[in-house]
Amino acid sequence: MNLVLSRDSIHTLEKILENELLCNGVEHAFIIDTAGTLISEGGKLPMEDILPLAALSAANFGATEKMAQMIGEKDFSLLFHKGTNHNIHFSRINKDFILVTLFGNDVAIGLIRHGSNKAAEKIIPILTSQEECLCGLH
Amino acid sequence: MAFIDMKRNEIQAKLVYYGPGRGGKTTNVLHIHKTMSRQICGKIVTIDTKGDRTLFFDFLPLSIGKVMGLSVRIQLYTVPGQVLYNDTRKLVLRGVDGVVFVADSLKVQQQQNIESLRNLVENLKDEKISVHDIPLVLQYNKRDLASSSIPILSHDEMEHDLNRDLGVPSFPASALKGDGVYETLREVSKKMIRRVTHKLRDGNY
Ligand SMILES: Nc1nc2c(ncn2[C@@H]2O[C@H](COP(=O)(O)OP(=O)(O)OP(=O)(O)O)[C@@H](O)[C@H]2O)c(=O)[nH]1
Ligand SMILES: [Mg+2]
Repeated sequence: MNLVLSRDSIHTLEKILENELLCNGVEHAFIIDTAGTLISEGGKLPMEDILPLAALSAANFGATEKMAQMIGEKDFSLLFHKGTNHNIHFSRINKDFILVTLFGNDVAIGLIRHGSNKAAEKIIPILTSQEECLCGLH
Repeated sequence: MAFIDMKRNEIQAKLVYYGPGRGGKTTNVLHIHKTMSRQICGKIVTIDTKGDRTLFFDFLPLSIGKVMGLSVRIQLYTVPGQVLYNDTRKLVLRGVDGVVFVADSLKVQQQQNIESLRNLVENLKDEKISVHDIPLVLQYNKRDLASSSIPILSHDEMEHDLNRDLGVPSFPASALKGDGVYETLREVSKKMIRRVTHKLRDGNY
């Protein structure tokens, strides 16, 4: 299976990350699939850090999913790593996609949860719609 | 899963180095990272045990140029070869677009090569991928040992063991010295990109 997203779809995803997360003080937000593919991102970090973070996030999510299954859960739909100054929040968008947020201690976790949920709701229809335009490719 | 981003004009595809433990997968990636320019190669991530055994995976993003006006980004991963770590291998194999199978030329590894290839076929099947469909290249690594006293498998033996049914491109290599590393990478990348762009041309999306 392959995924093609038009310029407009990517633009919309970026806007969602901006409006629901980045404008609340989040350092960086990105969408990945469970294989580690980086779908969309926005924020302060350079791309050279985001690519390995995407790969590690997917692996981290996959590993905890396996743990969940071993104790009789389907998965953990939400993960949160707390550091001294920086934190990472992961939430499942749907079965194939994960939303990852990096934020400092100045942002309340409640705000991240709320923003992630709202963002996920808006992201789902874009990633699952079939009518992607390939105009201008040939 | 290959991903095409029409805003950045970019293709992203996932390449996995597979094979028996200690066969030289990580050594391939380290050589690529050491010798490629920083413009092509991103940051490397390795998750290994205290020694040098891969515990989870190695990761290296590569920007390898343009095809049909799209920049091609390959996300390179290795799996842990140790038999024990099959759950981890399956995790890394998720959404794979191409595979390099790194076989060990050491005679004592003959059976491990065959078992690891069988394990690849099984794990691909769980991903709903046929080994005959996916872009796949074999690498017969550690050929430098031919000049030592350590018994190694002949090229023909390895072809017979591993490539008889598959009939895919295969390359002798010494990842330690860097021989054959780029030939392998180039061939599998070509196959992967051809696969994605064919579908694009046919408008199969
Ligand atoms: N002589 C020789 N040794 C090699 C070659 N490639 C790798 N090695 C050695 O073989 C050992 C294992 O190599 P790795 O690259 O760590 O093997 P791996 O396939 O990543 O192993 P796992 O992570 O356990 O799956 C190391 O000591 C390497 O130096 C080669 O081409 N020639
Ligand atoms: Mg390794």
